[in-house]
Amino acid sequence: MTTLHHSWFMTIRHVRALIRQPIWVFITLVQPLIWLLLYGALFKRVVEIPGFGGGSYLDFLTPGIIVMSALFSSGWSGMALLDDLDRGVLDRFLMSPVSRVSLIAGRLAQGALIVVVQSLILVVLALISGADLAGGPLGVLVLIAGSILLGWSFGSLSNGLALIVRREETLIAAVNLVILPLTFLSTVFMQRSLTPAWIQDVAKVNPVDWAVTGGREAVARDPDWGLVLGRSALLLAFALLCTWFASRAFRAYQRSV
Amino acid sequence: MEQRSSIPSARRTAAPGAAAGAIEAHELAKSYPGDVRALDGLSFSVGSGTVFGLLGPNGAGKSTTVKILTTLSRPDAGQAFVSGIDVLRRPDAVRRAIGVVAQKSGFDREATGRENLVLQGQVHGAGTRAACARADELLARFGLADAADRLARTYSGGMARRLDVALGLVHRPQVLFLDEPTTGLDPEVRADMWEEIARLSREEGITILLTTHYLEEADRLAARLAIVERGRVVAEGTPEGLKGELRGDAVQVELAEPGDGSVHEALARLDGVRDITVEQRTLRARADHGASAVPAVLAALEGRGIRVASVTVARPSLDDVYLRHAGRTFAEAER
Repeated sequence: MTTLHHSWFMTIRHVRALIRQPIWVFITLVQPLIWLLLYGALFKRVVEIPGFGGGSYLDFLTPGIIVMSALFSSGWSGMALLDDLDRGVLDRFLMSPVSRVSLIAGRLAQGALIVVVQSLILVVLALISGADLAGGPLGVLVLIAGSILLGWSFGSLSNGLALIVRREETLIAAVNLVILPLTFLSTVFMQRSLTPAWIQDVAKVNPVDWAVTGGREAVARDPDWGLVLGRSALLLAFALLCTWFASRAFRAYQRSV
Repeated sequence: MEQRSSIPSARRTAAPGAAAGAIEAHELAKSYPGDVRALDGLSFSVGSGTVFGLLGPNGAGKSTTVKILTTLSRPDAGQAFVSGIDVLRRPDAVRRAIGVVAQKSGFDREATGRENLVLQGQVHGAGTRAACARADELLARFGLADAADRLARTYSGGMARRLDVALGLVHRPQVLFLDEPTTGLDPEVRADMWEEIARLSREEGITILLTTHYLEEADRLAARLAIVERGRVVAEGTPEGLKGELRGDAVQVELAEPGDGSVHEALARLDGVRDITVEQRTLRARADHGASAVPAVLAALEGRGIRVASVTVARPSLDDVYLRHAGRTFAEAER
């Protein structure tokens, strides 16, 4: 119970800090829209490539951009932790009886909130632009749940890494190194069968691709729920692994003080 | 959500019959990677309701000691008790019993002073209403009521430090750790902080462990103090007692040129002149009767052709205590 209480207090703290930066919030919410409109226009005709399978590129792209936005926003989660670490805020909490779990969980909950809001705005814009999310509300719900799991995972990795490297520059470099390649090594933009064989192989073990393929299937007409469930299970396992990593990093930090 | 009506008193968590010392540190040792020995068998004991000073230069091991006693860090060896609670075995109980004002301000700059205080109360198990009431109380007491709803990042140095102390007192701890509470503050703000610390001890009976590298601060506030040097306590006692151990007056002679062995030779045979040290151009010695020793000292130096720029005689200070126990002056150790 204490853990839940404290996580709630910490979530409020982080969300409050967030909404005090309205320009940042605005950019975070608008950027995915730019991705959707820009890539949607740029690659509009790739659906005509033989083997893509036809249909509307916007339908294909929307789940991809939702997942990609979750990845991008959560990757930076560790930056705020570094700030707390540098300013002694983390140490002050560690000298109090606060639940240790809440110190990370509050940040991940804030990240999940961003993912939800971002995703809903994207869905609305996609629908306005004429996308057909045939899977309906249930499909969208599953898509967003997958994005939250992915965001949780990369948020955990980001926080864990922050506690290990303890330098903003290093964390920024690491995040930049990882997120774009992971996006392009998935089916966010391109039908699997049209990518090189080695990318298809890498995509099989890429959590970003699990979230994209699972989410895209969920919002398709007549989804293959077996596939959705399989990808969701993989994502859940990955999220647990990342959470474990973050808690190990946290303990390592405490030992090093 | 479950609402608890009041902030639980920290006093309840103390073990019964643990009145011996509010803080006990026994043979604490701690090394950091790279073979940095921060603590090397440090021991001391703090009586309940008193202000105890840990005095030493930067890097002597004061902050490491505080980190261990406040459960942030674990020692490699040794034992510690706060309010009778074993710091290593029951860290969570210790965290409920103590308040900490760390060397580095630990509040959230992107939250208001009030929000910081309310969150700290909630973390200590208070219901929202009780936490808000306590925050109001502390804001008023520390002169932060007008700034309560401003972001803490806009606070001046003195306000920030007062918020730090208020955060440490939210749950009414019986033991308060103040790690270098006045470092970097203006003289005026420092004097206010001294007044506040003295008041906490006097009116509320809180046990305070104060670390400082200001001799004057330790002299003014601490009922007892320990001088820490290279991870060990080299002297412990009341400020007056420590000064009293030094028989006689401090004689300080500024030489025209840096001194060498001949200075020692010159003074070796003078009666009633002891503890002779030479650092660059400064010669320090101790004499039973400073005023009468000065002519003899000057004559002896002159006899060796050592020229003198100035000479002073003073009652012993904590700096002299430090010099005697640490083998170097405080200013030199700080370098």
